[in-house]
Amino acid sequence: MTKEVRLVNKKGIRTDGRKPDELRPIKLEVGILSNADGSAYIEQGKNKILAAVYGPREVHPRHLALPDKALLRCRYHMAPFSVQERKSPAPSRREVELSKVIREALEPAIFLERFPRTSIDLFIEVLQADGGTRVAGITVASLALADAGLPMRDLVAACAAGKADGYIVLDLNDIEDKEGTADVPVAYMPSLNAVGLLQMDGQLTPEEFEQAFNLAIEGCKRIYELQKQALKAKYLAIKEAVEEAEEK
Amino acid sequence: MPVFFENREIVTPGDLLAEGEYEAGRNTYRDDSRVYACKLGLVEYKGRTVNVVALNTFYVPSVGDLVIGKIVEVNLHGWTVDINSPYLATLRPSEAFNKPFKPQRNELSSILDIGDIIQAKVIAFDRTRNPLLTIREPGLGKITHGQIVKVSPAKIPRIIGRKGSMISMLKRETRCGITVGQNGLIHVYGRNPEDERIAVLAIKKIELEAHTSGLTDRVTEMISKERGEE
Repeated sequence: MTKEVRLVNKKGIRTDGRKPDELRPIKLEVGILSNADGSAYIEQGKNKILAAVYGPREVHPRHLALPDKALLRCRYHMAPFSVQERKSPAPSRREVELSKVIREALEPAIFLERFPRTSIDLFIEVLQADGGTRVAGITVASLALADAGLPMRDLVAACAAGKADGYIVLDLNDIEDKEGTADVPVAYMPSLNAVGLLQMDGQLTPEEFEQAFNLAIEGCKRIYELQKQALKAKYLAIKEAVEEAEEK
Repeated sequence: MPVFFENREIVTPGDLLAEGEYEAGRNTYRDDSRVYACKLGLVEYKGRTVNVVALNTFYVPSVGDLVIGKIVEVNLHGWTVDINSPYLATLRPSEAFNKPFKPQRNELSSILDIGDIIQAKVIAFDRTRNPLLTIREPGLGKITHGQIVKVSPAKIPRIIGRKGSMISMLKRETRCGITVGQNGLIHVYGRNPEDERIAVLAIKKIELEAHTSGLTDRVTEMISKERGEE
């Protein structure tokens, strides 16, 4: 490290004023794109991410179709303006890898075997990045899939934990991600108690890893509740509006 | 044997609906003795069966369904039809003509061409092959007048109503003919454009408020209000 950065102060407060086990403020919205079959939007701290789902539909090119299940295709992409320094819009090594791990985190949640020979195309577009975009991407993507009316075993909630200044912290932001010692992103299906993604970057002792992992799971459970609320919100709003009009 | 929600409560995928001797009905799945929801929808406990009425779905073809589709391709041996489902449907000449079809003489595009809208019935579908259609029944075939409204296929049962109550009310009040395709496309044809406009508005209202109660009355009210403003 070239210069010392204080990530957690003496009172145990982080750079953005959070406690070590606190999530960033999250805003979730479902069904915001009319041309997609399903869509969702998330703001998690300074992250802004859109997800759109098309399908199930005919596979193009045809030869990619699977005879026994649907093909899930996923594109994680960062907009050129999503980071400080302009990012080339061409898919980078990192984006190709993230597309793959996100796909693999979501695949077990969907009943793909019910729609053989079709494809489900998922687009995750990062409009503004502030650390933890892969987990936020999984969180919105699973909402977009549910919005598209796809049968799912569970919603997938994802959250990262890590280590910064000797503290185990939840939901790392950009500085903590870059200057911290470790990052553990986790994707989790709470009802099934199943993990769909587990990665680690940096150094942790086995004890610290376990602590970070459990903290991340805790974060996923909180995010899961927000996801459920967001899915219901659209329909509850209509219902309330109707009932209000009724009373008049 | 507990249940975890009230009837008609909104549930999301992964919600545990019931535990014990329950049967997993529509849009639910079983894992050991637990029944979970697999779609966003309204839960329905009917005796031992647990159903979820989905709030949004796409159309999965089923034999016997009446569908409305658009011709997207004309081949030598039949038409390819977009029926608003994950699978494209095929209409064979033998299901369109009453007389034997000879590719040497008959031109398929003179019967139905790309862009034509047809009313058809699904006669075969399984997971190995795309659905097959027929138009060789009275009332089926090319649609030549009126309008097509697209709604989510999940709302079709609501538009038809219990024992057709909603649809017969719509036909009576809007003075329009209405044919509902199970795939979410609805054909509306009236004597004048104004009738059709009101019918389309009413259908859109039903789609938006499908999960609320007392809808039939509200739609009737809306139609008479629209008429008053003519």
